[in-house]
Amino acid sequence: MMHLWYSITGLLPFEWLQYIFMKNALLAILLVTPIFGIMGTMVVNNRMAFFADSLGHSALTGIAIGVILGIRNPLWSMIGFALIFATGILMVKNANKTSTDTVIGVFTSVAVASGIVILSRGGGFNKYSTYLIGDLLSITPGETGGLGLVLIAVIIFWYFSFNKLLLVSINASLAKSRGIKIFFLEVLFTALVAVVVTISIQWIGLLIINSLLVLPAAGARNIAGNAQQYHLYSVAISLCSGITGLILSYYWGTATGATIILVAAVFFFITSFSKKLLN
Amino acid sequence: MKPKHSTGAGNACNLCCTKIEDFNVTFGKTEILKGINLHIHCGELTAIIGPNGAGKSTLLKAILGEIKHTGRLSFLDAAGKQTNRPTIGYVPQSMHIDPGSPVSVMDLFVASRSNAPVWLGHAGEERGKTLEALSRVHAGHLAGSRLGNLSGGETQRVLLALAIEPIPDLLLLDEPISGIDQRGMEVFYELVSKLREEYDLSIILVSHDLGLVQQYADRVVLLNKVIECIGTPREVFANPKILETFGALWFAKETTGREE
Repeated sequence: MMHLWYSITGLLPFEWLQYIFMKNALLAILLVTPIFGIMGTMVVNNRMAFFADSLGHSALTGIAIGVILGIRNPLWSMIGFALIFATGILMVKNANKTSTDTVIGVFTSVAVASGIVILSRGGGFNKYSTYLIGDLLSITPGETGGLGLVLIAVIIFWYFSFNKLLLVSINASLAKSRGIKIFFLEVLFTALVAVVVTISIQWIGLLIINSLLVLPAAGARNIAGNAQQYHLYSVAISLCSGITGLILSYYWGTATGATIILVAAVFFFITSFSKKLLN
Repeated sequence: MKPKHSTGAGNACNLCCTKIEDFNVTFGKTEILKGINLHIHCGELTAIIGPNGAGKSTLLKAILGEIKHTGRLSFLDAAGKQTNRPTIGYVPQSMHIDPGSPVSVMDLFVASRSNAPVWLGHAGEERGKTLEALSRVHAGHLAGSRLGNLSGGETQRVLLALAIEPIPDLLLLDEPISGIDQRGMEVFYELVSKLREEYDLSIILVSHDLGLVQQYADRVVLLNKVIECIGTPREVFANPKILETFGALWFAKETTGREE
């Protein structure tokens, strides 16, 4: 598979595409940005931006748990913790009348603080700073394969669940009257967001992972009139930002994740502006 | 579409009915609803009135199964078949839809009716059915509009069209408190009335407009945690409890305002 990709990209006359790590990174971008573009639509609709942000930050504790347990690849402990974290928030939210913002705020504080406490023991926090800003250029072919599988899983889930998620986001009672199992669906969607965010943290960085989920969809919302356009624009903005950001980061020597986010932000401002012009 | 409940026997009311038996709802230690018993026949519009916080919307959500409750809901259809899970159409009080939300009326309908994901577009057949459903409430022209751009009255009509597609065994309407002008409200009631006759619908309507209730309801339930009284509009409005609940002045204004 990778050979095919390398020979295809080898035909392209771009200077930045000469290196294997850039070829890997480009493939990763083509796989990961549509995931975020698709899932972002519902994250923005459901006002879950803060929640996604909090999920990203909770990864610190996930890494810490991995360190304590002596797991070599902390990804598994990160995913495990993110799932527990997400269900925890959902359950507290449903059982309590405290506002969601407060619940998430409390959970985030605890998760970030305990992560930092454990990881900074003995002054060794610097080792983990890659997780803060991410390193897309170090992605391996095996890992891009994993991203491909996640993309397929997301598309399958979206194919079967989007209509139901949409109804729930419009009005929960209305969804209930149509026989939709709201809590089950919420758990499933939240878990998927948790897994996607967590997996991508090491490439994009936990400080900004949330922006990749929110910005393309927020930009698409400015100009879309229905669900289909919303998805189309969101994925398009996400892909364009990803590719442009990768190229810019190559020439500027900057962190790829953050550069991508800046491009996505430019798209957001352009769409906001054009919305004003249209009205 | 054929009326679902009519049997040709002429007296469908004896043949199909929805029974709500001994509904109780409590939140923590607070009793919201206590010992609610209601029988609703098809073709009948039952209006629920009561002060704020009486549990009116809660009752609808309990019937929907969204709020935990004790008691039983059963439905007997025209063919004599009994079920605990009747098809329910529901018109929520309001949608709180974000004006910026890129969801069109067509999206809402197709997402409710079918499993074909709306992000891939809408199949021609679904489009046709949606337009047909919308035309029942004179809202065909709204199919392409964003939900957030509809007026209060338009939203209500669109939601009504959605609730009767497919024709439900029981239709629950939660009337909006604000956002619809008097004329819009009358149009809505006229539509509901027409649809009820056409499809022989059983309707439970939570209402705040006593004047319209008097004009359109077959039965009125005065609810305040328990059922305070129940009967024809004439009977219930003659009940002193109504005055107690709504206050003489307000009541006088509401009813005379309507007669002009």
